[in-house]
Amino acid sequence: MTITIEYYLILSAFMFIVGIAGVLTRRNAIIVFMCIELMLNSANLTLVAFSSYLGSSVGQLFVFFVMTVAASEAAVGLAIIIAIFRNKLTVNIDDINILKW
Amino acid sequence: MRELIYLTVVLPLLGFLINGIFGSKIKNEKIIGIIGSGTIGFSFIITLLAFFETLGLPPDQRKLIVTLFTWLKVGGVDVSFAYQLDQLSLVMALIVTGVGFIIHVYSIGYMHGDKSFWRFFAYLNLFIFAMMNLILADNFVLLFLGWEGVGLCSYLLIGFWYDRKFEKSTTADAAKKAFIVNRIGDFGFLLGMFLIFLTFGSLNFNEVFSRANTFSVSTVTYGFIALFLFIGATGKSAQIPLYVWLPDAMAGPTPVSALIHAATMVTAGVYMVARTSIIFASAPDIMMVVAIIGLLTAFFAATIGIVQNDIKKVLAYSTVSQLGYMFLAMGVGAFGAGIFHVMTHAFFKALLFLGAGSVIHAMHEEQDIQKYGGLKKYMPHTALTFLIAALAISGIPPLSGFFSKDEILWYSYSNVGIIFWLVGVITAMMTAFYMFRLYLLTFEGSKRFGHDKHPHESPKVMTIPLMVLAVLSIIGGFIGIPEIFSGEYGNQFHNWLSPIFADAERKLLHFGYHSHFEELLLMTLSVLFAGGSIFLARYIYLKSPNIADNVSNRFSGLYKTLWNKYYVDEIYDAIIVNPIVVVSKNVLWKFTDGKIIDGLIHSIAKLIDLSAAVLRKFQSGIAQFYALIMVLGIAITLFWIIMSF
Repeated sequence: MTITIEYYLILSAFMFIVGIAGVLTRRNAIIVFMCIELMLNSANLTLVAFSSYLGSSVGQLFVFFVMTVAASEAAVGLAIIIAIFRNKLTVNIDDINILKW
Repeated sequence: MRELIYLTVVLPLLGFLINGIFGSKIKNEKIIGIIGSGTIGFSFIITLLAFFETLGLPPDQRKLIVTLFTWLKVGGVDVSFAYQLDQLSLVMALIVTGVGFIIHVYSIGYMHGDKSFWRFFAYLNLFIFAMMNLILADNFVLLFLGWEGVGLCSYLLIGFWYDRKFEKSTTADAAKKAFIVNRIGDFGFLLGMFLIFLTFGSLNFNEVFSRANTFSVSTVTYGFIALFLFIGATGKSAQIPLYVWLPDAMAGPTPVSALIHAATMVTAGVYMVARTSIIFASAPDIMMVVAIIGLLTAFFAATIGIVQNDIKKVLAYSTVSQLGYMFLAMGVGAFGAGIFHVMTHAFFKALLFLGAGSVIHAMHEEQDIQKYGGLKKYMPHTALTFLIAALAISGIPPLSGFFSKDEILWYSYSNVGIIFWLVGVITAMMTAFYMFRLYLLTFEGSKRFGHDKHPHESPKVMTIPLMVLAVLSIIGGFIGIPEIFSGEYGNQFHNWLSPIFADAERKLLHFGYHSHFEELLLMTLSVLFAGGSIFLARYIYLKSPNIADNVSNRFSGLYKTLWNKYYVDEIYDAIIVNPIVVVSKNVLWKFTDGKIIDGLIHSIAKLIDLSAAVLRKFQSGIAQFYALIMVLGIAITLFWIIMSF
């Protein structure tokens, strides 16, 4: 049985939706953060799938870009979360509503 | 030397910069005075050398244009800093630098001890700079630069003692009045310039005047150009209806009155009319307007001068009156005679003002001639020079005023008519009368001042300029001896200027023959009338002083009208100034500015405020809410894109 591209796309969409749901509903900043990683990786999966399907290496090239960005984003994001935790002693994002004037 | 004429403009500017920037540091009055008057002195020497060099050239080579650099070049407008040396500008330059130098030297004595000595000399030098630009300019724009520059200096110098009281207000108000009234005239001048550019496509004198000879332009266009230019001249040269600023300009220091408000700046209008004579000659109706305005100004200013008691006020109205004579000359087409009168008037009127300054100086700032009397004993030099100037302005031969004034009267008779001559002679009689009233009340008779005053002759630095001007007032007229006396040589001054006015005079074409007998007769009559009124003044003010009181009591209505200067200031206040103030305050300020403009701005601000109050609700600060909005946005966009396939 060959695994067609639809399988990959459905899995990727499922991962993405799980990610969005996590970002929108969870209160723990770390988990929100992990959900963002999940969304990024679902995008990666799509890129690799299409790369293989179309026989082009460009998609894989992009995956490396995304992984690099994700790595740096993880570093910065975790640093911010730690900084917030030190200030507020919590990572509950309902308590962190300083993004307004 | 002729090519170096631009130095006469640069040197005063240099003097202004040195005194203006470093004056407060120098502090030494001698150094400041030497810098201030030295620069003008050098300008005078350069002008004089250029004049003699020009004198040696044949008439058709006397004109020279020195271009320094291009100032503006936009489309068809090409304006350069270019100075034009010709017979007319040389005469004016000699007057301005010569009389200017004398007055600068005098000011060293007059302004001695003033806390802003340096500022005074800086302004005076700036004035000479602007005035030289005005008279040497070879285009209307540069002339306008000088025109505005002298206006600015006039403003600065009238308000020089800005903390002093003047009449009912302060000197600053007098300065403002001069500036604003001049602005009205300047607006006319600007309109004239625009119309010239529209008609001739150039603002350069040579191009405009040569095109005025060749282009076919309607008389109406010429009329409007000439009228607008003349409105400019009425502002600067204090003619009806814009003369009201000049008497108030006496708030400034007396050397300023002598230099700016008698000898040079106020004659700028006359110079401008003479310079554009070809345009005025092409509009005969406006020439008539100029003549009538000049005559009326001469007459009415003289009547006011008779009753004034402030020594400088009398001289101010006398200046307005003499300027009227000059415009009368312009209006009847006697351009040369007008410029001649500019020159002689510069001598004797500067002398009168400087003499008045000497008296005011000696009497500790007292200016009321009723509180003078018998000053001849204390200040003989001032008295003698003042007498010479008074004789000159009264037109007693062979002093300078006789030649110039009589020439104007003669041309107003031969070119226009006996009425003009008659009014002119009556004005000349009044001039002689009020001048000798002034002289007699000041220097002769018994003294009418208290013991607290100790009049004394002024220092040499002030009396020597008086003597130089007195000599000039005596001999200044000999360069313009009329043809009937000089015979085959003709009038030298006219021969000198004739190339400038040749085109204009060809257009005017005065026909009619007048015999030498007529000229002699009229001349004798006017001298007799002037002499008679001098004796009348002598009789009234020395022999029986109560006559003056009797006359003023008998005609108290007329006297009051004259004393209040025909209520012109009050009328202007009532029909122009006050309505403008009321409209500005109630309509322009409180309604237009307060309600419409402010209201518009405020309601826009309020609108933004209100909408912000609504939009602010969305900015909760919870990041997940923002993410939700983003997701919804993406979902809607995607849905829309998919559905549109």
